Amino acid sequence: MKKLVNDPKNVVDEAVAGFGAAHADIVRVSLDPVFIVRADAPVAGKVGIVSGGGSGHEPLHGGFVGSGMLDAAVPGAVFTSPTPDPILAATKAVDGGAGVLHIVKNYTGDVLNFETAADLAEADEIEVRTVIVNDDVAVKDSLYTAGRRGVAGTVLVEKIAGAAAERGDDLTNVATVAEKVIGQVRSMGVALTPCVVPHAGEPSFTLADDEIEIGIGIHGEPGRERIKLEPADAIVDRILGPILDDIPYASGDKVLLFVNGMGGTPQVELYIVFRRAAEVLAERGIEVTRTLVGNFTTSLEMQGMSITILKLDDELTALWDAPVHTAALRWGK
Amino acid sequence: MSVDVAWAQAWIRSSAKVLSEHRAELNTLDREIGDGDHGENMDRGFQAVLPKLDALADAATPGELLKTLAATLISTVGGAAGPLYGTAYLKAAGAVSGAAELDGPAVVALLTAGRDGIVLRGKAESGDKTMVDAWTPAVEAAVEAEAAGASPSLILAAAADAAEAGAVATEPWVARKGRASYLGERAIGHRDPGAQSTALILRCGADAAAQS
Repeated sequence: MKKLVNDPKNVVDEAVAGFGAAHADIVRVSLDPVFIVRADAPVAGKVGIVSGGGSGHEPLHGGFVGSGMLDAAVPGAVFTSPTPDPILAATKAVDGGAGVLHIVKNYTGDVLNFETAADLAEADEIEVRTVIVNDDVAVKDSLYTAGRRGVAGTVLVEKIAGAAAERGDDLTNVATVAEKVIGQVRSMGVALTPCVVPHAGEPSFTLADDEIEIGIGIHGEPGRERIKLEPADAIVDRILGPILDDIPYASGDKVLLFVNGMGGTPQVELYIVFRRAAEVLAERGIEVTRTLVGNFTTSLEMQGMSITILKLDDELTALWDAPVHTAALRWGK
Repeated sequence: MSVDVAWAQAWIRSSAKVLSEHRAELNTLDREIGDGDHGENMDRGFQAVLPKLDALADAATPGELLKTLAATLISTVGGAAGPLYGTAYLKAAGAVSGAAELDGPAVVALLTAGRDGIVLRGKAESGDKTMVDAWTPAVEAAVEAEAAGASPSLILAAAADAAEAGAVATEPWVARKGRASYLGERAIGHRDPGAQSTALILRCGADAAAQS
């Protein structure tokens, strides 16, 4: 497996250093402990928003640090949650006196480490609220699993909560907005190939040339079922079904349709997927009023994609449209 | 044969050595039903504690060393294993704080507090296919051995035997906690990597007591 790395142990440090150098107008980076904050942090009187998780999903989360979105991102080792120390340091660095919201993807490690960091921050008299993103409908949410995973829908939670904080909402309101997005966003993905964690050097799982994995997680963890490769439209139909069945939709509902690449799939294929997904939604009378297409929550070099649908209302639409200026997402102003 | 601060030094050092030797094996177990980094993460955490042990050469109690180990694992391991093992050692240290030498009841208290810490953090129960399935049989075996009048070193040996059997017993199960729970029946046939690392660590504790 060929990769553009030096010592695999230094992958995250070197990438974060490069990210800081490339986007010095937007962010500042700390390398010990490793975290990324917006250049003007802390913003006095504004709720700080911190997210983080294992590296390997770029641009999530560092690419979303900046005005109108995250105040800080805390990257762990590849596919490994960060430890509480850097989460605490980032939380302190962005606390502008109005408290800090932690946006956490639902993985056992992320939840435990953010929980510990939040306890430590509270001990330092920083008010912390935590929201857990669990948009992946591929996993059954039951007493018998760790619950649904947080995947690409996290980007939408971060954008919309970020906009709420930027307009001056207090911590309770920002958390409420974030929870509202979490309640209305659903995702599911598919993998065509596995990915290779740099320090492991071998694929995280194996798929035959003609096989795909439906319901893949963003770490290459298996999902619902393994099937033979099908035409794009058939794959889209397979994963849209569970997404649309999970919460009730009525004709005339407005949604944001987000087609996310896993890292190794070209844009041209993502637009083929988008085309079919938009077609299916139109058939159901669901109106696509906002869109996002591209590699935003990746799984290293994995080929594959996920579809995310967020049910919109006027408030969420306005917050989505609000100006944002980050390395990976920018509009307005 | 005494379970004291020299034992704690030996336990932690041999754990670091054994986890390093089994790094690839733990990664492989984790790749089958998780995300493939358990060996990597445990090795990083235990290697990080070694220089601190040198600085703690004057420590008088096992509790002091275990507390340092706990803080180091929490701040270096990441993933779920960092907070879980970190909490285990922190609670274990608390259960024997101040004691320079551990008798049978103290060894049982140490193991019980460690297990309870993991259950508190991770909220897993027996049979969920997690490290609890190595810890709980170990605690039960330790309680039984202590009641039968076994020495501290034999209590640790009984715990290590039970943890190894417990780790093997996870193989045919479906997981209900952690990342393996997403796999449903596909987790069947694979040993839980956390239970396996627990078995390795408790074996190091028993061996350190037998040799000291």
